[in-house]
Amino acid sequence: MKNCDLVIIGGGPAGLAAAVAAHDAGVKDLVILEREPTLGGILNQCIHNGFGLHTFKEELTGPEYAARFEQMAYDRNLNYKLGSTVINVTKDRVVTYVSEEEGLQKISAKAVILTCGCRERPRGAINIPGARAAGIFSAGTAQKLVNIQGLMPGKEVVILGSGDIGLIMARRMTFEGAKVKAVVELMPYSSGLNRNIVQCLNDFNIPLKFSHTVVDIKATDGRVSSVVIAQVDDKLRPIMETAEEIACDTLLLSVGLLPENELASYADVEISPITNGAIVDDRMMTSVEGIFECGNVLHVHDLVDYVSEESAHAGRCAASYILSQNSKVTGYVPTVGTNGVRYVVPQKIAKNDSVEPISLRMRVGNVYKNVEIAVLLDGEKVASRKKQIVTPGEMETIVLNSEIVAKVKIGKQLEVTLNVGGTK
Amino acid sequence: MKELICINCPLGCRMNVDDSNIEDIKVTGNTCLRGVKYAVSEVTAPKRMVTSSVPVTGSSVSRVSVKTTNPVPKEKIFDVLKLIKKVHAKAPVAIGTVLYPNICDGVDLVATSGATKLD
Repeated sequence: MKNCDLVIIGGGPAGLAAAVAAHDAGVKDLVILEREPTLGGILNQCIHNGFGLHTFKEELTGPEYAARFEQMAYDRNLNYKLGSTVINVTKDRVVTYVSEEEGLQKISAKAVILTCGCRERPRGAINIPGARAAGIFSAGTAQKLVNIQGLMPGKEVVILGSGDIGLIMARRMTFEGAKVKAVVELMPYSSGLNRNIVQCLNDFNIPLKFSHTVVDIKATDGRVSSVVIAQVDDKLRPIMETAEEIACDTLLLSVGLLPENELASYADVEISPITNGAIVDDRMMTSVEGIFECGNVLHVHDLVDYVSEESAHAGRCAASYILSQNSKVTGYVPTVGTNGVRYVVPQKIAKNDSVEPISLRMRVGNVYKNVEIAVLLDGEKVASRKKQIVTPGEMETIVLNSEIVAKVKIGKQLEVTLNVGGTK
Repeated sequence: MKELICINCPLGCRMNVDDSNIEDIKVTGNTCLRGVKYAVSEVTAPKRMVTSSVPVTGSSVSRVSVKTTNPVPKEKIFDVLKLIKKVHAKAPVAIGTVLYPNICDGVDLVATSGATKLD
């Protein structure tokens, strides 16, 4: 068995940012394990622009954003292995991977960072009745087929879910000559960006049907021939009298993303039922000593810039852990979301001698207008931000400065709450 | 009179734009000045970036992604896409390699991903 200071599992934006930061913080003995034949992860298939405004102050396409971070890894001569699939991680940090070149290998690591990203929710996760026919794809699968392989999944398309990937694919399929007949959204609002609704749907007169869902899929000769959609009531139950049939050969699903925590579960990492990612402290360390998590495997982000930022922090913290730069953790202070704040990451603050600023990232459970996001330390407001609007689709961040972090003591509680002016 | 959704922030203001006098465009429904700026550019000269991917030969990858170096007039998007269909790249391709010079109004089409040459 080989030994290594730091093993990073996944060479997408999170893994690259974490590796670069850990290296710069003094950990030179590290390896990135990536199962695909290239670094960059899912960014490689996100060929549209709009990435990197925060990080690089310019609008890049996904592959360009990935290339910037790949270049940073090359410049530092970081060690990475492609085509290498991790099949196990133990809680004492033994990582097992397989590759065509090396066969089965084990590495014992001082620290592990899980940067495995997320997966799309499949049809089975939302129980759509109807035919089990060809022509049903997740939006991301269709994106890979069209952008990477140059294959068209179909000609007449209905998209269920108005998340950004679904919206982006509505435009992409239109560009390649398909007819996108409708985007159907269960909720009365979209979880996608307005910009994408305007530039991907409105520009091409693609109807977006809010409060609608797919209630049946029909097929001819094993291929989708139509879908039946219906309006839903305020409890999200379909109103069958409103059912309408739309002829199509393809149904794309853009119905949410789930952090990919199979490896984390092998290592007995405690998982949050709300984020479906690990429960972490402010160092991004999970419930298992020396195992860290960041990026979309931790919680689904809407901007890659935030993935890079969070992951660089995880990389620095993993380095600090490996190099024993901070005093021992003596206890934890929980962070909880209340009054509309669905979750807060990190879920707890580890108390040691570090008073580095801490970014609290959160999502709300509904659309609220004119709100104040407030951070309360044992009931006393220590930080806040006013927002004209908060939506479930937008991650919010509040940074606690060193002065506040110093006040966070064991036995206290940090609460993130919404003071609401009015709801939509 | 045109209806627009502002794209500047998650508020997504629904704006009514009176462009009967192009010299004096009237915008209502906006919350801030960014809405006015966006509405005026949308009714006078809407532009969009075009991104796609094209086949590449001589590499381990089968396609490279592409973009226009600047936004092009919205009504010319499908003309640009027609020209993109004609592009077949040959490895090696680097990010930024011009694959179709002057594809529209002085704007070039460049690669946004690379393809190394197989030996």
